[in-house]
Amino acid sequence: MAGKGIFEDVKILEFGQIVAGPLISTYLADYGAEVAHIESHKRPDQYRLYPPFKDNKPGINRGFDFAVYSHNKYGITLNLRHPKGVEVAKRVLKNWANVVVENFTPGVMKRLGLDYEELKKVKPDLIMLSSCNLGQTGPYAKHPGMGSHLTHLSGFTHLSGWPDRDPLILYGPYIDFIGVIYGTASLVSALEYRRRTGKGQYIDVAQLEGGVQFLSSAVLDYAVNGRIQGRQGNRCDYAAPHGAYPCKGEDRWCVIAAFTDNEWEALCRVMGEPAQTKDSKFSTFAGRKRNEEELNRVIAEWTSKLTAEEVMDKLQAVGVEGAVVKDMREMYEDPHLKNYLWAEMDHPEIGKYHVQMPPFKMSKIPIQLRMTSPGLGQHNEYVFKDLAGLSEKEYSELDQEGVFE
Amino acid sequence: MEKQAKADYALAPYRVLDLTDEKGFLCGKILGDQGADVIKLEKPMGDPGRRIGPFYRNIPDSEKSLYWFSYNNNKRSITLDIETSDGKELFKNIVKTADIIIESFSPGFMDQLGLGYLELSQLTEGKLVMTSITPFGQDGPYREYKASDIGIMAMSGCMKILGEPDRPPVRTSIPVSHMWAGSYAALGTLMALFHRQMTGEGQHVDVSMQASTAWAADTAPFYWEAEGTLANRVGNAIAGRSVHGAVMQAAYPCKDGYICWLIYGARAGAITNKEMVKWMDEKGMATDWLKEQDWDKFDPAKATQEDFDRIMGPVGEFLQTLTKAEFQEESVKRRIMGYPVSTTKDIMENPQLEARKIWQEVNHPELNDSITYPGSWVKMSKCSCDIRRRPPLIGEHNHEVYVKELGISENDLLMLKQRAII
Repeated sequence: MAGKGIFEDVKILEFGQIVAGPLISTYLADYGAEVAHIESHKRPDQYRLYPPFKDNKPGINRGFDFAVYSHNKYGITLNLRHPKGVEVAKRVLKNWANVVVENFTPGVMKRLGLDYEELKKVKPDLIMLSSCNLGQTGPYAKHPGMGSHLTHLSGFTHLSGWPDRDPLILYGPYIDFIGVIYGTASLVSALEYRRRTGKGQYIDVAQLEGGVQFLSSAVLDYAVNGRIQGRQGNRCDYAAPHGAYPCKGEDRWCVIAAFTDNEWEALCRVMGEPAQTKDSKFSTFAGRKRNEEELNRVIAEWTSKLTAEEVMDKLQAVGVEGAVVKDMREMYEDPHLKNYLWAEMDHPEIGKYHVQMPPFKMSKIPIQLRMTSPGLGQHNEYVFKDLAGLSEKEYSELDQEGVFE
Repeated sequence: MEKQAKADYALAPYRVLDLTDEKGFLCGKILGDQGADVIKLEKPMGDPGRRIGPFYRNIPDSEKSLYWFSYNNNKRSITLDIETSDGKELFKNIVKTADIIIESFSPGFMDQLGLGYLELSQLTEGKLVMTSITPFGQDGPYREYKASDIGIMAMSGCMKILGEPDRPPVRTSIPVSHMWAGSYAALGTLMALFHRQMTGEGQHVDVSMQASTAWAADTAPFYWEAEGTLANRVGNAIAGRSVHGAVMQAAYPCKDGYICWLIYGARAGAITNKEMVKWMDEKGMATDWLKEQDWDKFDPAKATQEDFDRIMGPVGEFLQTLTKAEFQEESVKRRIMGYPVSTTKDIMENPQLEARKIWQEVNHPELNDSITYPGSWVKMSKCSCDIRRRPPLIGEHNHEVYVKELGISENDLLMLKQRAII
């Protein structure tokens, strides 16, 4: 049916901040779920306070991180340190929500009296998902840390960079996004299980464990062969050339990769058969691998006379992998990412900007863009009164007691 | 967590036909780990992905690829050449028993064979969920472009922000774009499956590897739209956390490797900074400046490079005096944010992962050996997620699937094998 989302009966009450919890709900909200995101004036979502800000001017509703990752949500404020705040949260659950997503440090929800055992009493078929760095159990469960730290613990940074240099951080909280994929996948599976059996359940997602899945082949290499894989720059054991080469312009690069002799020969033809490529040391894959540094110099000499786009187009025309190392502006201009990643919204303080969509298209269900990211407590009255059923009197009394601060 | 017998799998009722190559292996694995019956369709000579290393005991062999093992457990294997007319007919019969098909051929390949989404959907009364994983998606000017991992990393923006300023942009040394795409494909497939179970209607899910991987560029692109600046590679450091453009180091050398320690504000940052200074002071390594800071008010977003340098210098010297294990143990006690930089050895020896029981010994009888795999990736109180089957041998389940389940005669199976259709 047109206009209907996949998750239209899913109502998520969300505790937490930044990416690891909130983005899980956002993915479902993009396909129809309703989400209420709890913050407080004392502790707003930290992603509201991170750069970049619109025009580099800080402001609680000017941060892009929150605006991009938390659209399609109701913003509510609730003081969970206030005993009545916890009661109100339970009321929202009882009368409206059927899923809880949280990403506090393990133990916090229990301390607040909002753990699964407690919330299940309010809603017996509740699905509750907790996402954290290391899992809810185990000796290091409560060790605090951000995704940017965890990407190091999970092994990704050790495998990123050059053999003779330091490990490289993958920009920021890289692993948060991996945890989000595995978290959302398990949440959708739990929804399917509840649909089939009527049973809710508790989900404990550790981002570290998703990260280990991504690195599984390197882990098995150690488990079986005792080999500790390391940083290889751009090299690949089964391709040569395989790297990023300088092109015309400032800091412009093009990637080239040849996996077969046919691809190598086609590459040589496109390069105009420079004399060096006739050298016998480049005629076999083993030779190209042995002399890879020299090979890279020969190719760089050719690419530096062309733009990155020219290299890509010439190579792709003959069936060889060439790709532009796109910069951040080009990500917005890319003809594919425009359709598979970005969606434009209009934010009251930021103006027109782009949110990111789940990176797939469904043939029958379009993505829904209902609201930009909420202001702090913007939907308090709607959520607490209209959805959770607090009377006008209750609401204003609680408001005066500071429960919504 | 509730204690109870773990026998239920969220996806137990569903059958998946997996026609992917290495771009999409992880998709079927994720569904299989949650209990789906995943049947891997390989070419009669075996999946080309079986030739990707590393290999078991470094022996290159299609039955010994550790890369293939990593992402193909919980799958059964049948061989079939879907480009032959017999193969097509047989494939259509299997499709009628399936809920989900996942494939990673070039856009249009399945259509050209007469096995596109529309044709296959008709065979299942519109119920089929079909997921296609391609480098750039089914539509657009690059749809036919060749792209292995490094090409996807380049075109997704991820390479531009990874590397040393004095060297070319780099990719991560293993093909992570396949993991980003495979896992997002599993998510899209699950969403479509849930929709189908609610409404009876299947659909086609068109997954872009480029867009999947672009999520790994994190918040870097937003700086362009917000303030007109372009994030770029800054080596072992984080830029963009301060409105003054200050850059902070990420990993610091220690006695036996590296430790990641970062400058944060707010409550968690204040605890970390205070405790770190206290710990350094106990060793006589805290500077007066560090001791005089009001960490409750410190905000990295407003900090200058000079502020960062005054923190990073002494912290770097202090971390050099520690081992990874010493830092890990003490930072847990002191609630300091930060972790060692793990190698795969460190990962396998990580006490937390051990305590969480994520490792599974999987028996490989034909190797006369067992291999330790990362098993579960989520703990669900009512549903299991683990490895029930080791990765299959080429065509291991031909007889089981074709004869026992589809009712093909032994003679026909033999004939199809002789003609290299199976």
